[in-house]
Amino acid sequence: MSYFSDIYHGIQTLLTGMGVTGKYFLNSRKGAITQQYPDNRDTLKMFERFRGEVVMPHDENNEHSCTGCQKCEIACPNGSIEIIWDRQVDPETGKKKKMIDKHIYHFGMCTQCGLCVDACPSDAIKWAPNFENAVYDRSQLTRVLNKPGSKVRAGVE
Amino acid sequence: METATINNNFKSEEYFINMGPQHPATHGVLRLLLTIDGEIIKKVEPDLGYIHRSIEKMCERDSYQQIVHLTDRMDYLSSHINNEAVCLAVENALELEVPERVKVIRTIIDELTRISSHTLWWGVMGMDVGALTSYFYGFRDREMINDIFEETCGARLTMNYNIPGGLMQDIHPNFVKRVKEFIAHFKTKLPEYDKLLTGNIIFQKRTKGVGVLSKEDAIAYGASGPVARGSGYSCDVRKHHPYSALDKVSFNEALHTEGDSYARYLVRIQEMWESVSIIEQLIDNIPEGDFKVATNAVIKLPKGEYYQKVETARGELGVYIISTGGKNPHRMKFRSPGLSNLSLLNHITVGGKIGDLVATMATIDIVVPDIDR
Repeated sequence: MSYFSDIYHGIQTLLTGMGVTGKYFLNSRKGAITQQYPDNRDTLKMFERFRGEVVMPHDENNEHSCTGCQKCEIACPNGSIEIIWDRQVDPETGKKKKMIDKHIYHFGMCTQCGLCVDACPSDAIKWAPNFENAVYDRSQLTRVLNKPGSKVRAGVE
Repeated sequence: METATINNNFKSEEYFINMGPQHPATHGVLRLLLTIDGEIIKKVEPDLGYIHRSIEKMCERDSYQQIVHLTDRMDYLSSHINNEAVCLAVENALELEVPERVKVIRTIIDELTRISSHTLWWGVMGMDVGALTSYFYGFRDREMINDIFEETCGARLTMNYNIPGGLMQDIHPNFVKRVKEFIAHFKTKLPEYDKLLTGNIIFQKRTKGVGVLSKEDAIAYGASGPVARGSGYSCDVRKHHPYSALDKVSFNEALHTEGDSYARYLVRIQEMWESVSIIEQLIDNIPEGDFKVATNAVIKLPKGEYYQKVETARGELGVYIISTGGKNPHRMKFRSPGLSNLSLLNHITVGGKIGDLVATMATIDIVVPDIDR
């Protein structure tokens, strides 16, 4: 007798489960979270805090706010940031001042932990929400963040 | 005489087979050396080392702020809880009192992490026993949590949101709204989980009475988390040694006494309900205040030994720091829940079939980078 009741019970549980899947089959549009990724590039908006890659914003005068304090270099756990600096004469005051020559960012070593951006006292570096980072050669992952000919914005200490 | 010849021809013989390191059912790069007789398992030996990154050694090189991000990469499904363990250990050593706001936010995100980990586990568990649908449903609900994390913490999985002394940044203005939306959504979905998988006759036949672990063995093998609680061993760190804001909330510890795969399954389903209840108690009254307290740029722990344990989605994670007073720890040891839970795999699967091994491993819920740091 339990043989038949097992069959009955089994079919009942299967139908309960299929009721759930059937509900979604009929309302497949509702509650779908799938994004048609490569096709929705134009409308895809990442969250503002998303940690994609480190960038150094420059203004229209090709000026950034990196003073070369190297706090990001010290904060980085895996040596992704390398700053080459020297002392140059500040044209306004005439005094020698520490300035960056190159702010090198080894993106291939970066773990996107966010400690460098957190450590920066002058908000010179920030996160950009770019996530399409595939390149053909790993040397392309080493980037110089300050643009050629750029200089530090006046008044940033 | 003829029967004897046939028996001789079909004589069974023990043989050895590799499962993994690249195998979908081992959830990562875990290699199991199986000694089997036909389909009956005689011995299971886990072979580790395929994803060893020497995290404990790297911690001796890094400052205390930098250590936090390495713990993301141990148990990546409960990364926020791992981060919190290190931060709590450092804060206790410094005798630093973090603001109430930090404690509440940490606990909310902890429980969201736990739900996220358990929904992934639920989906994969279904897939391991042959039900593909649950995989998609589990990932659908997890996606909402990942979006919350991405908006507030900046990353979906390796969040690194905790720093010693608080949080890296304040919660996003949308955080509370999104969490409430998720809770409302998830409360309608959890009963569907039960309809789809828990009550399913095939699923029950695959898990009931399979991989039975007694309470004594669970204690002897050092099991923790849902594996031990499925055997009736009350070991929830959140209950026995509350940390952060967990002393302000009331929740039940999920306990089942059967000790089989089905009991471990039920414990995790019940834990999701409990996590939902914890978040509901906290989300409406996040206290105002700072999101961090200032620490020195170079954190130096006083000389001594410090231990902090937390309950991750997999069990008890212990962080043990030996400091000699410098800016790096002299020795850092993580007691990961996965390793102890994996060690009892041989004990509970011997004598069963290979298919049951996969189902049992799914209920142990191993994350290999956690086992193999």
